[in-house]
Amino acid sequence: MPSDADLSPTRSFQGLILTLQRFWAAKGCVILQPYDMEVGAGTFHPATTLRALGPKPWKAAYVQPSRRPKDGRYGENPNRLQHYYQFQVILKPNPPNLQELYLASLEAIGVDLKLHDIRFVEDDWESPTLGAWGLGWECWCDGMEVSQFTYFQQVAGFECAPVAGELTYGLERLAMYVQGVENVYDLNFNGGEGDEKVTYGDVFLQAEQEYSRHNFEAADTKMLFRHFADAEKACRLYLDAGAPESEGARHRIVQPAYDQCIKASHVFNLLDARGVISVTERQSYILRVRELAKACGAAWLKTDAGGHSGDRAAAA
Amino acid sequence: MPDLLLELRSEEIPARMQRRAAEDLKKLVTDALVERGFLYEGAKAFATPRRLALHVAGLPARGEAVREERRGPRVGAPEAAVQGFLKSAGLSSLDQATTVTDPKKGEFYLAVIERPGRETLDVLAEILPGIIKSFPWPKSMRWGAASAQPGSLRWVRPLQSIVATFGPETETPEVVPFSVDGITAGTVTRGHRFLAPEPFEVRRFDDYVPALERAEVILDADRRKDIILHDAKDLAFARGLDLVEDEGLLEEVAGLVERPVVLMGSFEERFLEIPAEAIRATIRANQKCFVLRKSGSDELAPAFVLVSNLVASDGGAAITAGNERVVRARLSDARFFWETDKATKLEDRLPKLDSIVFHEKLGTQGERVARIAALAQEIAPLVGADPALAERAARLAKADLVTEMVGEFPELQGLMGRKYAALQGEHPSVAAAIEEHYKPVGPSDRVPTDPVSIAVALADKLDTLVGFWAIDEKPTGSKDPYALRRAALGVTRLVLTSHSRIHLIELAKKLVGVFEGSISEDSIWRVAATSSDEFATKPFDREEMLAMIASDLLAFFADRLKVYLRDQGARHDLIDAVFALPGQDDLLLVVRRVEALGEFLSTDDGKNLLAGYKRAANILRIEEKKDGRAYDEAPDAGLAASGEPEERALAEALAAARHEASAAVAAEDFAGAMRALSRLRAPVDAFFEKVTVNADDPALRKNRLLLLNALRAATREVADFSRIEG
Repeated sequence: MPSDADLSPTRSFQGLILTLQRFWAAKGCVILQPYDMEVGAGTFHPATTLRALGPKPWKAAYVQPSRRPKDGRYGENPNRLQHYYQFQVILKPNPPNLQELYLASLEAIGVDLKLHDIRFVEDDWESPTLGAWGLGWECWCDGMEVSQFTYFQQVAGFECAPVAGELTYGLERLAMYVQGVENVYDLNFNGGEGDEKVTYGDVFLQAEQEYSRHNFEAADTKMLFRHFADAEKACRLYLDAGAPESEGARHRIVQPAYDQCIKASHVFNLLDARGVISVTERQSYILRVRELAKACGAAWLKTDAGGHSGDRAAAA
Repeated sequence: MPDLLLELRSEEIPARMQRRAAEDLKKLVTDALVERGFLYEGAKAFATPRRLALHVAGLPARGEAVREERRGPRVGAPEAAVQGFLKSAGLSSLDQATTVTDPKKGEFYLAVIERPGRETLDVLAEILPGIIKSFPWPKSMRWGAASAQPGSLRWVRPLQSIVATFGPETETPEVVPFSVDGITAGTVTRGHRFLAPEPFEVRRFDDYVPALERAEVILDADRRKDIILHDAKDLAFARGLDLVEDEGLLEEVAGLVERPVVLMGSFEERFLEIPAEAIRATIRANQKCFVLRKSGSDELAPAFVLVSNLVASDGGAAITAGNERVVRARLSDARFFWETDKATKLEDRLPKLDSIVFHEKLGTQGERVARIAALAQEIAPLVGADPALAERAARLAKADLVTEMVGEFPELQGLMGRKYAALQGEHPSVAAAIEEHYKPVGPSDRVPTDPVSIAVALADKLDTLVGFWAIDEKPTGSKDPYALRRAALGVTRLVLTSHSRIHLIELAKKLVGVFEGSISEDSIWRVAATSSDEFATKPFDREEMLAMIASDLLAFFADRLKVYLRDQGARHDLIDAVFALPGQDDLLLVVRRVEALGEFLSTDDGKNLLAGYKRAANILRIEEKKDGRAYDEAPDAGLAASGEPEERALAEALAAARHEASAAVAAEDFAGAMRALSRLRAPVDAFFEKVTVNADDPALRKNRLLLLNALRAATREVADFSRIEG
């Protein structure tokens, strides 16, 4: 049986995840599980995109498996993956000491701030598909980008009021750093040694190879084009179906509609990886997803969690 | 005299914005002070990643008292006028005003307003919040709980604290009493984020700078740059290496650290098989590190210089090791790109260019390449290049845009193409042209010398120019988004340095024809219409329109050439004088003619002939106006022969000079043409001295005017002398 020490963040991938979860749980975050859909980044999780909108305070942290079909390298590149993990923290409104909290979280996972050079390097974040942007930094540890730090200014085309702070840790990179490993597939996943050791490669190498083939060669583009159109249609359909029944009433079907927006976005990424979307079309696809995201954001603001102040229709 | 110390401490300010922000802060505060009558002795602003600071020295403790007399309405004026006067002068009743008597207009009210000088401290407290709230950051943001409300403070990143003190050196300065969005100005700041995070008090600029240094912060960016450069050179020297200096990178890195610590890392020798430019690009762009050369050689060394923000407890060993690991990963990527790219021949990449849009109205990169290839082939003989090689080079010139390496480092375009071309065994001129066809990029960039490079570079730029001309995307004012001025200057320099003979009008016309298919008729018509008022109204044929676009473009070239030659010291009036002649679309000949003209006009013969020309032109202008006719036919040789000897001599000299000048121009011997004209000086001088132009005999007068016109015509063989000044 592995001992407790194996779960230290510097010895195992899962130890790193557990440490970050504990750290942020102790700061009052709800610890969520990954969203059960294919997304390009932790930001797509409704716990970030939708919850960043509206006046209600919100603190959450979660791991999100993220898919970037174009980044597949058939398992041959030691640093690039088409599927990887992000650890996402969202705090609304951002606390005044968010940078200090972030640095404390690095210390918690074994980065000695007396030994390592941590830098906040300008990086303005923008997601054209989500109609979102924010200002912040790439956080560097000894020259390596280990996190993204963003103060959300706008999401789904709406001003964030208040502003949420978003931290995104690239878990594989961080783990490689703290474990001192140069190839992602060599990461110790479970903290075991000898026969007990399971590496990142044991878990994901075959998947990287298969998905690279899928993303670049096999993915059924006809079906995907159809799926894109279907998801777009369904998103609109659900938003219409849940639309407020009267002026000032609540919207009733936002999250299922937003799921379709996420789906459209991922399908677009797959089509893009297959190289079947021309440069000019590309822009129009991005715009179509953005329109969905905006519609979902607008609807979200008419829900309880989105801060809708009361069901005037019901009250009347 | 008291000083102001202002510090605005925030979360990390983007490096590229720091210097400008410091200057803006200085200007805004000092302008606001001066505007209110507060003069100062000196001001200096500073920036680090975490603070903007401003020191304004030698301010008065209080402003000067102001006494102002304000004249009011006439005594007995309507009540409304009196009330308005009282209000504007700040009086409560007329008792507070005096009256004065104006000898012409009678008695008036007069208010004497005396304002005591304001405390500088109060004025600062009034000025500073507004400056902070409306600070001109290129991009700013809201944050925290306050951002729930509209109109909350915006800053480049969250603003953490404000220090603002004012007072003389000898006393404890006072805090400037103000607050902005819940942040109250005080005396407390913090040092280096990791090395001295504890708060401490500062009083004035003189103790602020050393206090920051104790807290491991070097306030002055130029000092940080000096330290980095000096230490980097020292480290390099100690290892027998040379630092590859890079001012842009140095400036950026100095904006990423408050306390620079320079370290050196290394990577495996085997990575040096990657092209040096790619190594430098990846280490610079991704890691913000400097590369090194083996001492006294052009070869890169397997080492780099990094600048950290931390005096680490292990002397920087962990930081160096970490950076080395990242550099290694980056170089592995670069090597992967290099190897992957090498596996595909450049020509096999061409189909991909068909899906890259160059410009919405000008088609894809693929179409552009086809046009450039055809044009390069056509230009090749004019510049002494092998047409087949030029065509080949043009065809491959853009292929590297779809390589992995250029996708990752766009600044390597051309250069990588050259490397890949050389590797796949292309002719050396073809490989060189792939890199050099972008040149010259700016006025000081090198102009290629290989004829193949010249042909492709010309084709590339002409295609761009004609294309954007055809779709009416010409530069206007300061807007030149497609860098067309640069392209035209490039063509000019290419033609002149290579002594190439190219008729731009012909080429441009042909090219516009090529674009005809890909652009709408509307846009051609519109361009033609804007080129000339006359075209807007009269029906016109297509040929004429194409020519119109071409000649409009030529005028643009003429302007560029003028700028270029003026920078070289040529007189702009001489350039105008040459361009005023018809059909001047061969830039090389234009320049030669300008040169010959300049030389001629610097001789006595030239100066006097110009004077003679001006005199003749003046007389002609006056007499032609008087008579209401032009004297533009040939003079009667017989009549001239029977006239005064000087008249006869001039007529003969003119006939000979004109013939000789014309022949010389045809032979492109401009110096010869000038020599021919110079022989006119003596007869012209003699003519004006002895002969009366306005003779009583009308036939004689007419013929003498025609002689003057012949002089005007003779000079037009080389230039339009009317454009020449002096």
